[in-house]
Amino acid sequence: MSKIHVSTQVNGDQVEFLCEPEETLLDVLRDHLNLTGAKEGCGTGDCGACSVTIDGRLVAACLVLGAEVEGSAVETVEGIGAPDALHPLQRQILQHAALQCGICTPGIIVAAKALLAQNPDPSEQEVRYWLAGNLCRCTGYDKIIRAVLAAAGEMRGENP
Amino acid sequence: MAHVVIFGSLRSFTDGVSELEIDARSTRALLNALVERFPALSETVEAGVSLAIDGEIYKEAWFTPIGPDSEVVVMPLMVGG
Amino acid sequence: MSKQEFKILGTRPIRPDGLDKVTGKAMFGADKSATGMLHARILRSPHAHAEIISIDTSKAKALPGVKAVITGADFDDVENRWTRYTMQNCMAQGRALYDGHAIAAVAATSKKIAGAALKLIEVEYKILPHVTDVDEAMQPGAPLLHEGVKARKLGDDVSGNTVGYYSFGHGDVDAGFAKADEVIERRFKTAATHQGYIEPQACLADLGADGRGALWCTTQGHYMVRETCAEILGIDASQLRVTASEIGGGFGGKTTVFIEPVALKLSQKSGRPVKLVMSREEVFRATGPTMSASMDVKIGMGKDGKITAGHARLRYQGGAFPYNMVMMGAMSAFACYDLENVQSEGWDVMTNRPKMISYRAPGAPMAVYGVESVIDELCQKLGLDPIEVRLLNAAKEGTKSSYGPRFKAIGLVEALKAAKAHPHYSAPLPANTGRGVACGFWFNFGGQVSVSMAINTDGTVNLIEGNPDIGGSRASISMMAAEALGIPFERIRTIVGDTASVGFSDVTDGSRVTFAVGIATINAAKAAIRELCKRAAMIWEIDEDAVEWVDGTARPTGHNAGDFPPMSLAEIAATSGKTGGPIAGHHEGAPDKAGVSFGVHLVDLEVDPETGFTSIKRYTAFQDVGKAIHPAYVEGQIQGGAVQGIGWALNEEYIYGADGRLQNPGFLDYRIPVASDLPMIDAVIIEVPNPGHPYGVRGCGETAIVPPLAAVANGVAQAVGVRLFELPMSPPKILKAL
Repeated sequence: MSKIHVSTQVNGDQVEFLCEPEETLLDVLRDHLNLTGAKEGCGTGDCGACSVTIDGRLVAACLVLGAEVEGSAVETVEGIGAPDALHPLQRQILQHAALQCGICTPGIIVAAKALLAQNPDPSEQEVRYWLAGNLCRCTGYDKIIRAVLAAAGEMRGENP
Repeated sequence: MAHVVIFGSLRSFTDGVSELEIDARSTRALLNALVERFPALSETVEAGVSLAIDGEIYKEAWFTPIGPDSEVVVMPLMVGG
Repeated sequence: MSKQEFKILGTRPIRPDGLDKVTGKAMFGADKSATGMLHARILRSPHAHAEIISIDTSKAKALPGVKAVITGADFDDVENRWTRYTMQNCMAQGRALYDGHAIAAVAATSKKIAGAALKLIEVEYKILPHVTDVDEAMQPGAPLLHEGVKARKLGDDVSGNTVGYYSFGHGDVDAGFAKADEVIERRFKTAATHQGYIEPQACLADLGADGRGALWCTTQGHYMVRETCAEILGIDASQLRVTASEIGGGFGGKTTVFIEPVALKLSQKSGRPVKLVMSREEVFRATGPTMSASMDVKIGMGKDGKITAGHARLRYQGGAFPYNMVMMGAMSAFACYDLENVQSEGWDVMTNRPKMISYRAPGAPMAVYGVESVIDELCQKLGLDPIEVRLLNAAKEGTKSSYGPRFKAIGLVEALKAAKAHPHYSAPLPANTGRGVACGFWFNFGGQVSVSMAINTDGTVNLIEGNPDIGGSRASISMMAAEALGIPFERIRTIVGDTASVGFSDVTDGSRVTFAVGIATINAAKAAIRELCKRAAMIWEIDEDAVEWVDGTARPTGHNAGDFPPMSLAEIAATSGKTGGPIAGHHEGAPDKAGVSFGVHLVDLEVDPETGFTSIKRYTAFQDVGKAIHPAYVEGQIQGGAVQGIGWALNEEYIYGADGRLQNPGFLDYRIPVASDLPMIDAVIIEVPNPGHPYGVRGCGETAIVPPLAAVANGVAQAVGVRLFELPMSPPKILKAL
């Protein structure tokens, strides 16, 4: 079968790529577009390390076909924060030491940003349930949850 | 003379001897003396052992000094994760 | 050892690799590619135990795009038997020993072609009887994994799969049991669990026909990778340059090789760089889980709570090759206590399962689970407070440990007292809720280390070390360098060098990095300071001995030294080109005295009587860490270890069918704790300085996984009034017990 031509937007940039029909969005991002921030931890949608958004909707990139994103807007961790100013989630994760190895961190940041977009003032329990699809084996989640709650407060304009 | 304690299952290679005095000033000299006395220990010593000298554990160091009144416990080589 | 005052240690700076890790720039094992790169895939055995009669790779080789196919026949024998086991675990020779054992590998121009080629490899198997349970594997007549490796001095009552036997202890346990007011003996079983790192094994290999090559891989020890691969491939260690990628978790699971020799061999055969990345299913089926265990624990106690004797018999299952790890369990089992009569014995047993590899405090959690469960049951039966009983029996400085040596300064009593005084311990408990207490112990290690430090002319410092940074060690090492030199943390940049840029370093394991690399860093700084003082002395035209280093500056000392204003590191460095050339310091060594570490965990949990589901309501972990260099990352180690232990206690297990095949090789069915399973984990740092380290550091990474298995089991027993003797205590097992 011949390759599929896809035209889409990734982190605000217009991109075009050719992909095999069975290639996932994660394969496309990592192998064709050289965006390796999204990680493959399982390939079955269980670990959340490949979390990205498509038109603002949180997905596991390993469960989406590359061909499906025609005409969409994809955002990955590489599109979050500016060179001179990290996103509050990125900054709070660093300040809270909410990472050890860091392999789950991109997925956590993408997923938490999607949460805060629809719920700017989540409870601890809401953060825990939203991030239940993002596995972290290092931290026991404690500092991650605190960092997300702190970032939410900062984004609401509350003093830390 | 250092007081040497052969620990646990290593005793099956020392004819049941569990404690003895050895005149040795370094770990290598002590292990050599032990193997000379108990040849059945040689395989274990070659594979590696841990030594506790006065409560501090040392892994496979030949030239760790041993005091004249030290207690040395000979144990299997330990591993970490 | 008195408490020292520090300027930088104990603060919480942002880690130097942080920015790259929150922006997606950090390069992990699977993130690197090379021009002309091939993709590799591995064919794995569908059988638990089978003779490989023949492998026909001709159709796979003929597929367009396939550049190399290899099998076990491509690997020559090696002299060292432990390296041979590692090699045969990477690629089977003669027999497939477990479900998932590698049989052949393909390198092709795309992942798709490599996958298609695997389906064209024809393997003829003769299926052999298999065994996956430890007690069955020990029985005489059980299917034998390897001939001639049975532990010396064992009788005919155990099979040839029994590759290790160890015993430790002192006193007379029978006499001790006779003195007890209450004796309880229980049999326990714990399932094999996986380290569960989120990053699968991955590497990029490039090896030429001339024996020169480069390897990029995710590992806890790139020198170990270099030496193992050089031996297996018959090349010189100097010619294989191994670079450790950022590592996405290891927990002991990346202290050996699984794919690197395969990728190197494929690269050598094809003449092209080869990328090999494991799938999650491969990680579960073919990389090291920890041991499963079957254990008998017997403890006697007086009415006053004094333990009169303890005896543990541990049978560990460690997969398809010889190994020695039960020893660590036997040594740890009773290490928390000062006992007159104690004995622990352990048997290492092979089965048709993947070869075990270290998992955080390897061997200790399950042994301690057995001991701490029986102590808890005795406390219940005698109506005694579980912390009081532990305080009464706790090991302290001078205690003759159950594994032999006498303890130096240790912090178990301090941790127990902190737990007893903590509000958690006196908080009221609602219905269906139980509170569990347990102690735990780990040795911690030192080992070989190399550090190289360069003082730059702008007053900044570069430091190269050889241990992959698995949880923030570049931060703690930079902090120790800054403390030793007396300059700000931000002026230091620490990197993990590849095998060609700094001397040998042991694997990142045994909770050794902050301890051992810390000592080497402090010594490298001292060497640099000597040179800095010498240059200042030359500039001042005074004697070298008349200069001392205080707060990052050289100062004249003594009444004949003269009166010169302090000269900073930056000032001395600025003119170093004119005073004798670059200033540097380095240290190579093998420090010991890593200092053992103890922890006490408290858990409140609720069991739903209708579903059998256990939810953790409150968790507090107390641990003696010697000196916390970067307290936030120390807390993180304690929290992460506790949660891995909770997973082991409640959900995680390798499940094998009667066919010997692993039934749950994925995160959906092998369920590690997720955020919604847990409350906050309060980590309470206790600091009893380790006399074996200049700053008092003890290892801290491993101890925290040891207490939670028993803490959770003891909590469940309190909550439902029935004690389970098998882990994990998954909902169906709890429902059945109710």
